[in-house]
Amino acid sequence: MPEAQIKTYNINFGPQHPAAHGVLRLILEMGGEVVERADPHIGLLHRGTEKLIEHKTYLQATPYFDRLDYCSPMNMEHSFVLAVEKLLGVTAPPRAQYIRVLYAEISRLINHLLNVCSYVLDVGGMTPLLWGFEQREILMEFYERVSGARMHANYFRTGGVAADMPAGLAEDILSFCDTFPKVLDDMETLVTENRIFKQRTVDIGTVTLEQALDWGFTGPNLRACGVPWDLRKAQPYDAYPDMDFDIPITKHGDCYDRYLIRMVEMRESVKIMRQAIQKMPSGPHRLDDRKVSPPPRAEMKRSMEALIHHFKLFTEGYHVPAGETYTATEAPKGEFAVYLVSDGTNKPYRCKIRSPGYVHLQGLDFMSRGHMLADVVAIIGSIDIVFGEIDR
Amino acid sequence: MTQVLKDLGDYIAAALAQEVLSADVALGELRIEVRATSLLKVLIFLRDDANCLFKQLVDITAVDWPAREQRFEVVYNLLAMKHNQRIRVKVATDEDTPVPSCTGVFSTAIWFEREVWDMFGVLFSDHPDLRRILSDYGFEGHALRKDFPLTGYVELRYDDQQKRVIYEPVKLTQEFRSFDFLSPWEGATRVLPGDEKAEKS
Repeated sequence: MPEAQIKTYNINFGPQHPAAHGVLRLILEMGGEVVERADPHIGLLHRGTEKLIEHKTYLQATPYFDRLDYCSPMNMEHSFVLAVEKLLGVTAPPRAQYIRVLYAEISRLINHLLNVCSYVLDVGGMTPLLWGFEQREILMEFYERVSGARMHANYFRTGGVAADMPAGLAEDILSFCDTFPKVLDDMETLVTENRIFKQRTVDIGTVTLEQALDWGFTGPNLRACGVPWDLRKAQPYDAYPDMDFDIPITKHGDCYDRYLIRMVEMRESVKIMRQAIQKMPSGPHRLDDRKVSPPPRAEMKRSMEALIHHFKLFTEGYHVPAGETYTATEAPKGEFAVYLVSDGTNKPYRCKIRSPGYVHLQGLDFMSRGHMLADVVAIIGSIDIVFGEIDR
Repeated sequence: MTQVLKDLGDYIAAALAQEVLSADVALGELRIEVRATSLLKVLIFLRDDANCLFKQLVDITAVDWPAREQRFEVVYNLLAMKHNQRIRVKVATDEDTPVPSCTGVFSTAIWFEREVWDMFGVLFSDHPDLRRILSDYGFEGHALRKDFPLTGYVELRYDDQQKRVIYEPVKLTQEFRSFDFLSPWEGATRVLPGDEKAEKS
């Protein structure tokens, strides 16, 4: 019997669908229940960050980076701060580098917990979300104790960090490092071998190695295809050369593998956090160069010079020598980079933000072709997209 | 590291003497300038040559320099995982001259070029799908050009009578204030009248 000709039709997925992870409007061309083409319409959260940064001083630009990928704010700041430091030709003191590494890894946990848990929720598992967010809350308290803000920390500064870690914080983070792997174990017993979860994710959205390179995948999505590439190892920045950790890879490149990678990465992050605290040297937490970083509050009360420096830094800011740099860091989602062009003034001439999610979402089309509608949800969850950084 | 990059730059400049205008290393990063017409040849060479192997195109962007005759600088950032190196390829163009699209060389270029078109109005020839990507449906102008104001031209609000979102010309209660921080002692490049005589003597 010849099969009846099915007319393709379009459906609108989002922008208010909870499984769209934000404001994704997805036009799906369907033949029956099979996706023939996926056309993401993005930009609904476009705030013109790059344009705004061109009109702000370098110091005023860092808070915008928190608001890009609001699931891992400090990793975004990290790229920008390193880019400015490169143009200025300064390096942060060792203690600041260790604090940055520590908080970059805390942000990685915050990000992966959100992604893995909400991903499992998307494909039908409720419990990990409740457990994971309990841990996320503890991590955000660490954010708050060091910077005063739970999410938009604005903690990394050019030449160091905004403030030193308060007394007792390091011990609390260490005790978190002891208890957290147990929570991961619990989550894994629920999810990893779960029959329903595997049915929804194994062999869904498979990406080959060639496709991953051609479409510019980075981060966990690339490592799931079998490439041991991690900027923390390959092009180490800050205190990462002193850290001992492993890069997990898997071979299949499907949704299940991307989940596995993130689970192992969280354990590696805990390892790094522990080392960062144990090896953290004492010393200043920011550069002792008054032309870049502000003087301590107490000094300002007594020294005229310090007061002038403070005033100049917070009104005019520092002038950055003309030049350009492309500085990339390994954010939880992949390679997050800042292409910064300076013309010698106190404001960036151009600041292009290279976000990993933008590239990964572009791959959604080829990943979801030939899959069912419900698989699109699994793929969106597994590539870990956040619209703050895609739309910028 | 710098020496390795310098050698690589010399190697590329020698292999593509006709196409590469200049190659230099600044701040430990290699950048080459290329003629727009031969961009694809250069990118394919960089991708496939055994000494380069820049298999991944990580970023395309543009920089607007309104004072130049060819005001846009389209910037391609490439990454070679094999050799652990990065390279930056630059192409100059103006508002009307299209840059050859490299979607055939790297698939990931599709959205990057759409973004550059949307934000700067740089045209790409032979692009399969050159639509706007980040700005609103029906948006006019190119937001990241230096002559586009920060506040834009239109603002939108929900109109209760018409029961829909409407666009209106932007109204500001206070002008956007931009301060000139370039003091005459540092940074300013303008020449004061009479100063040129001091140079000569």
